Amino acid sequence: MLKINNLHVKLEEEEKQILKGVDLEVPAGAVHAIMGPNGSGKSTLSYVLSGRDGYEVTEGGATLDGEDLLEMEPEERAAAGVFLAFQYPVEIPGVGNMTFLRTALNAQRKARGQEELSAADFLKLIREKAKALKIDADMLKRPVNVGFSGGEKKRNEILQMAMLEPKMCILDETDSGLDVDAMKLVSEGVNALRDEGRAFLVITHYQRLLDHIKPDVVHIMADGRIVKSGGPELALEVEHNGYADILAEQV
Amino acid sequence: MAVTNPKPDPLAARLAGLAMPDGGAWVQDARKGALDRLTVQGLPGRRDEYWQFTRPDSLNAPDPDAAGVFDAGGEAPVYGEIDRLKVVFVDGIFSAEESDPLALAGIEIERLAQAAASDIHWAQGLYGVLEERGQTPVARPFAALNTAFAGDGVVIRVTGKAAKPVNLIYRHENETSDALLHHVVKLEPGADLTLLENGPAAARFNKVMEVEVGDGAAFHHVRTQGRDHERQAVTHVFARLGAEAVFKSFTLTVNGLLTRNECVVELTGDDAVAHIAGAAMGDASACAFHHDDTVFVTHDAERCESRQVFKKVLRNGAVGTFQGKILVKQGAQKTDGYQKSQALLLDEDATFLAKPELEIYADDVICSHGSTSGAIDEEAMFYLRSRGVPEVLATDLLVLAFLADTIAEIEAPDIADDITSRLDAWLQRRRG
Ligand SMILES: Nc1ncnc2c1ncn2[C@@H]1O[C@H](COP(=O)(O)OP(=O)(O)O)[C@@H](O)[C@H]1O
Ligand SMILES: [Mg+2]
Repeated sequence: MLKINNLHVKLEEEEKQILKGVDLEVPAGAVHAIMGPNGSGKSTLSYVLSGRDGYEVTEGGATLDGEDLLEMEPEERAAAGVFLAFQYPVEIPGVGNMTFLRTALNAQRKARGQEELSAADFLKLIREKAKALKIDADMLKRPVNVGFSGGEKKRNEILQMAMLEPKMCILDETDSGLDVDAMKLVSEGVNALRDEGRAFLVITHYQRLLDHIKPDVVHIMADGRIVKSGGPELALEVEHNGYADILAEQV
Repeated sequence: MAVTNPKPDPLAARLAGLAMPDGGAWVQDARKGALDRLTVQGLPGRRDEYWQFTRPDSLNAPDPDAAGVFDAGGEAPVYGEIDRLKVVFVDGIFSAEESDPLALAGIEIERLAQAAASDIHWAQGLYGVLEERGQTPVARPFAALNTAFAGDGVVIRVTGKAAKPVNLIYRHENETSDALLHHVVKLEPGADLTLLENGPAAARFNKVMEVEVGDGAAFHHVRTQGRDHERQAVTHVFARLGAEAVFKSFTLTVNGLLTRNECVVELTGDDAVAHIAGAAMGDASACAFHHDDTVFVTHDAERCESRQVFKKVLRNGAVGTFQGKILVKQGAQKTDGYQKSQALLLDEDATFLAKPELEIYADDVICSHGSTSGAIDEEAMFYLRSRGVPEVLATDLLVLAFLADTIAEIEAPDIADDITSRLDAWLQRRRG
């Protein structure tokens, strides 16, 4: 589904190379995890895939089902099925959470040539999905992420994912700032979405999320490259020994 | 010998086409008094500090520039869902045909011309009186001109709770109309009125409204100034508040070559509350847009609260200006004064100019003001787009979000919702 080929990315504003040749392929139905030290370029990869400004691709590319992702506007990528659960979800004062989600959902449907969802159908759907994530009516009415706790923001990301039903889900450190209960809720939310037509790229710093969301493949990213790939046991290795050994192997 | 042309007198030129309307002695005295004030003041010039952000030339000119009539193309009318008493003016002239009968429980309402014809009238205590009070410390020549020459308008005395809102509707038909309207509103103690206004009114519009809010009375004012691009307007609200009186005024302005809205409020009774809010949205790509909010709030009693919330969304060369002053007089202890003016600049060609001022002569007061301008929050923009919301739609969502706390100043939920849906529909139509 997602193919990343020799991706080189630098900052637009400065001469700083961040991704230095990322190769990665995530097939439909699979869950891949990316682990790596802080500053290795994980968030940058997720932003470049979802179309954030400020980066320049100097070499390589990325496709979704064969279509050039990097040529598309962020909203086109979303309509094509890319979803990024943000490491730091953005607060938008004045825009209600419901209005936001309904606008997003209908914009995507419109872009795909589908009918817009009626207000009643939307309400029914969101109530059902919110309930599973223990998101109450009050949180839905409040402005997007404003006054939400760290855990509420992350659950709200998963709610959006559940509503938008993307096919390529990228989760950037969705586990950070979550207590054990919230981690369970979030993982259940993710697992409920796992199916053959959908792929996940789970970026995390810690192995513990991967206890709940079982990956098929684990990649280690360091200094802008994937330096090692393996099965779930790779995550356990990182958990026990840290990144030092793996990075040392590379030298 | 060189012949020097005498310097043309702009005031004389401006007044040449105007005639003082007929009326009883009281109104004629008020009009002559206003003309005397105007003669002393002269028309505002480019060196006038109070006009530093806005050029008055087109308002000073003897004749208005032509302004095309906006084709609303079957849009739902503003306040369409609100049960209200409609009072219609076409190019500044009252239209009995299009208006509801001037009768409503809780109020007395009549045309200014009718009131002016009486020998004795309650409006005598207010017509030109609040306007004159508002002329110090800053001159407002267009208000004096209005008092001197306006022949139409309504006078409303509110004795109880008005059975429903009164809606002054200003239709614009004639592309070169030059309209003067003067309204007087008196709320007796404990009375309650919601006054709605909408419509472009004329090619050039000069309106004055004098409002006396008696002790414990409440006046709610909601105005929309739409949508003709080339129209020009200078408007003044002069309000005086008694003890525990409430005055809340909200204005939404969309389009308009030139708009100057002055609001002059005097809190003269203890524990009075005045909220003045404005939302303006302009795009100068097809036609210039210049919107000026000028506010002057005087605290002259104890424990009063005043709040100014003004927001502007500007693009493609649109200009927004704000001059807001809070004057706290000696003895006006426990004053709570607040002022906020902000602009959202949607591109680099838009301009916002602001002059917030505090002048305080009492020691036990809380006053604050803040003025900011900035672009769309890029983080929010990317977040919205990453969820599939196209950029233009995301911009509009953020515009509505930015304006939301001005609309929140409207107390009646049905009217606030009406304003929000109109704004939403206008944005939608613009998106095409
Ligand atoms: N907009 C930016 N401006 C400056 N440096 C940046 C920017 N984005 C990323 N970087 C730098 O790029 C590197 C990778 O960052 P990031 O992708 O956030 O890493 P990770 O998510 O793996 O912690 C870091 O050194 C970071 O400081
Ligand atoms: Mg990161």
